Amino acid sequence: MKKIISFCLVLTSFMVSFGFVSCSRPKKDPNTITLWHWMTDRDKTFKELAAQYKELTGIDVQIELFAPSDSYTQKVVASAQAKILPDIYGVLDTKETFANFIKYGYIADLTQEFKKNDGEWEKELFTKALDANRFEPGNGYDVPPGIYGVPLDVTNIQMLYNKKLLKKAGYDAPPETYDEFLEMAKALKRIGVPGLVSGWGELWLADCFASNYAFNIMGEEKVMATYRGEVPYTDKDWVRVFQIFKDLVDGDVLVKGVVTKPNKEAEQDFALERAAFAFNGSWSVNVYKEINPDLEYGVILPPAISNKYPMRIWGGAGSNFVISNTSPNKEKAIAFVRWLTSQKQQAYLAEQTRNLPSNKKALSSISKVLEEFAQSMDNTTHPTIWPVNESPVVTEKYTKGLQSIIIGKKSPEEVAKEIQEVKEKEMEKEQRRK
Amino acid sequence: MSTNAAKTFNFSKLRYTLESFAFIFPAVSIFSIFYIFPFFYIFKLSLYEWNGLSPFMSFIGLENFIELMRDKIWWTSMWHACYITLIALTFQNMLAFGLALACDREIRLKKFYRVVFFLPPVLSEVVVGFIWRWVLNAGEQNGEPYGLLNFALMKSGLNHLITDWLSNPDTALTCIAIVHSWKGFGWGFIMLLAGLQTIDKQLYEAAKVDGANSWETFKNVTVPMMIPVILVVMILTVLGSMQVFVLILSMVGQGLEYEAEVPVTRILAAMTSSKQYGYACAMGVTFGAILIFISFSFKKISERMKQV
Amino acid sequence: MAKAKIPINRYQVFQSTKYLFIHIFLMSVAATCIFPLFWMVRSALMTKETIFIDKSLFPSALQWGNFVKAWIGGNFGTYFLNSLFYTFSVVVGIVIISSLAAYAFSRLRFPGKDFFFYMFVAAMMIPLPGSFVPLVVLMNKIGLVNTRLGYILCMINVGLSMSILLLKTFFDKMPSDLEDAARIDGCGKIRIWWNVALPLARPAIAVVVIFNSLNVWNEFILANLLLTDDSLMTLQTGLFKFQGPNLADYPVLMAGLTIAAIPIIIIYLFMQKHIIKGLSSGAVVG
Repeated sequence: MKKIISFCLVLTSFMVSFGFVSCSRPKKDPNTITLWHWMTDRDKTFKELAAQYKELTGIDVQIELFAPSDSYTQKVVASAQAKILPDIYGVLDTKETFANFIKYGYIADLTQEFKKNDGEWEKELFTKALDANRFEPGNGYDVPPGIYGVPLDVTNIQMLYNKKLLKKAGYDAPPETYDEFLEMAKALKRIGVPGLVSGWGELWLADCFASNYAFNIMGEEKVMATYRGEVPYTDKDWVRVFQIFKDLVDGDVLVKGVVTKPNKEAEQDFALERAAFAFNGSWSVNVYKEINPDLEYGVILPPAISNKYPMRIWGGAGSNFVISNTSPNKEKAIAFVRWLTSQKQQAYLAEQTRNLPSNKKALSSISKVLEEFAQSMDNTTHPTIWPVNESPVVTEKYTKGLQSIIIGKKSPEEVAKEIQEVKEKEMEKEQRRK
Repeated sequence: MSTNAAKTFNFSKLRYTLESFAFIFPAVSIFSIFYIFPFFYIFKLSLYEWNGLSPFMSFIGLENFIELMRDKIWWTSMWHACYITLIALTFQNMLAFGLALACDREIRLKKFYRVVFFLPPVLSEVVVGFIWRWVLNAGEQNGEPYGLLNFALMKSGLNHLITDWLSNPDTALTCIAIVHSWKGFGWGFIMLLAGLQTIDKQLYEAAKVDGANSWETFKNVTVPMMIPVILVVMILTVLGSMQVFVLILSMVGQGLEYEAEVPVTRILAAMTSSKQYGYACAMGVTFGAILIFISFSFKKISERMKQV
Repeated sequence: MAKAKIPINRYQVFQSTKYLFIHIFLMSVAATCIFPLFWMVRSALMTKETIFIDKSLFPSALQWGNFVKAWIGGNFGTYFLNSLFYTFSVVVGIVIISSLAAYAFSRLRFPGKDFFFYMFVAAMMIPLPGSFVPLVVLMNKIGLVNTRLGYILCMINVGLSMSILLLKTFFDKMPSDLEDAARIDGCGKIRIWWNVALPLARPAIAVVVIFNSLNVWNEFILANLLLTDDSLMTLQTGLFKFQGPNLADYPVLMAGLTIAAIPIIIIYLFMQKHIIKGLSSGAVVG
């Protein structure tokens, strides 16, 4: 017993001294700024760039990474409440939350910075990427018009196809229409290749797929009208959107287990040629390259159902940084982000992490597949740039409804009815609030 | 004299009480700093409508609770948690009891089993979920399943049993419950084994002398002696199973509509994705009250059974 | 003689078949328990090219370098020491604080005893997720956000209730003869607790140690929430950060997971003898 106690005492004293040594944190230094982010794949590159920046300007940028991203979001929200946000961070959430952060004074207005020198900074970056951070006059969020965030890269989500598997099934070119796509999936099935894989165990990715077709079937106007409550979800166009998921199930197009698949696993499946098509974003280029460098694939828009309206894919800013409004080092923080989005640094980031740069001039340094992704940038849209957004409660019901079609529990009509019920309840609540 | 004695008595009593309080002082102070403030905060918020960020909260009284009573999805998720708990109570604890019985006798490799059966509780839930997703995977390549279970079923000619284990609403929840039980039986095993070893060996001898066969011995000696231990294992099982969620998130994510949701995942969803912070707090308060009710009724049952 | 031998043989045959079946049952369960760990180690020893293709049980060329890669690439050195430090401090803190309280709840008389005890028990039932925001606000107010001490106190709080419950049931069961003797000898309460009750409770403390070590070692949500500086972070948060750059490099990822599991297995190996003793001494008797 005595031995154990003395051993514990020695250990304790060691531990306490260890604790104290590293507890002596540096006091807030005017030449130190802090950045919080969630991008595990880019942490190393950020730190390299921060080291360069220190050599260049003497300003020390502390890069802190928090993973997984759910955990990061919780930290940012809690830190906002406690008023301990860092100089630079990102809001990983809906436009509404972004707007709330601005309204309650957690985010600095960067409009002046972007407009300086005849809009020099603004002109350097892709408009699509900036739009996610822009609030137009008269926006529905009660935010003063302006630009509040800095896009670090651009991205979009499209359909990918495996060239080798398609050839095996007798096709040289990817499908152009939705019917062709279903036809092709059938042919692939005959040679034992599943059709489409996607990480629909994550709600937003299924939402994105449905949204693409909603724009294609009924056009942007009608989608927005639905969100405003003017068109019901029981409208035949919406039922057609839900019907797509039924088609995919009936035609046995989806890989097994798609409804619980995390995107990480879906990426693995496509890279290992376990499905001929994938629905995924431009970030996946990096993953495929790592898992299977020989994978031959191309990028297409999801094949259109109707030719009344153009196919719209989700895209725009990939990740954004904002500057804390209460930071004493606001100027320095802005200067660093400005430096991070200039051509040279953007090219370096794009090259190291295989993402699409947000700086136009840095585009020349990207790979061929990424270029294919970049070509469709004009077709992109995103909830963050829409004038109205669906309430989160309805969105949850909507995405869960899509899943219930995939697992064969409900029909598209039933799902439409259920979503509409929730929508009406939400609108009633909204009325009462006013 | 007597008044004097009473005074000193009171004084020593006071000292005794103060000393006793000193014993619980560290625990109570940590508790009140780190629990009471958050608890009252949650309780207060459950009466408000709040988006989690705005400086303005609107007081709505018991409206959150009334809505919760009508929330079908919430009660479905409660049923799912109960289902997992029921499977854990029966399957997990019977497995643990069986293994403990087998290891209680003089048997070779006893120490080996004792270590090995505790490996699943040691691994983190994220790792466990990841590994079981790989086992239960329903994918196919070149017409052959590559998930371990489906592959084994195919090889043993049981093709009709092959299914999409985690994405089929009929099987998903049971799979989760079984994996949860598998992860948790180590605790039950060790506690029950310990309980078995405390049973006086003379009782077995006496039963043998009375001519009891092994089933009668089990029924009349082992089970009655084990009741208190079994009850504690059951309470801990209920607490652990009702609150399971990391395992669910790592096995099925947010998929499967509402078929694999439990109260804790509902609370998280209300807090993070639908921004109903007040509602989430009302869920937390209700859920806590239900758990307290269950545990205390277990305690009552155990007291009743002790008297019998 | 020969006649007498036959029934014995039959009995032996019966006995050994019985044991054979018991072993088959135990072995099959044991196999499922070992399997994940085996699979982790096996995957950690492959290359990222072979891991998805090679279906053999034992990979032909063992890549021990993956462990080195994981250790260096994941910056595990700092995280590892931090996690050890937190686990050790929290466990020591919990053992002292909870045994003091449990001893008082079991042996001493004071007003409000039942109230305080049931308060701790009830606290076990409140689900954690709702309390994130208030916790951070509170920690910031008392200046403990982003400090080792703050995280340690929070984790002590998390494990406190369960430990008090376990230790109290143990003390309740313990005979008080020795303590009475010590009291007659003139020992104060603190001395009785330290010199008599704690040594007797050593087995039960082993239970508390293993339970809380597991809890602290595998925790990452509060660590992410309360700590900011990378130099204060724990191994579990490090593992999540590590996943990004190695998303596709499964063997290295598996090596990282294996490294993270080893210390806790070692703690269990050391403690399991005491656990058996501890529980058999009555810690679980409600």
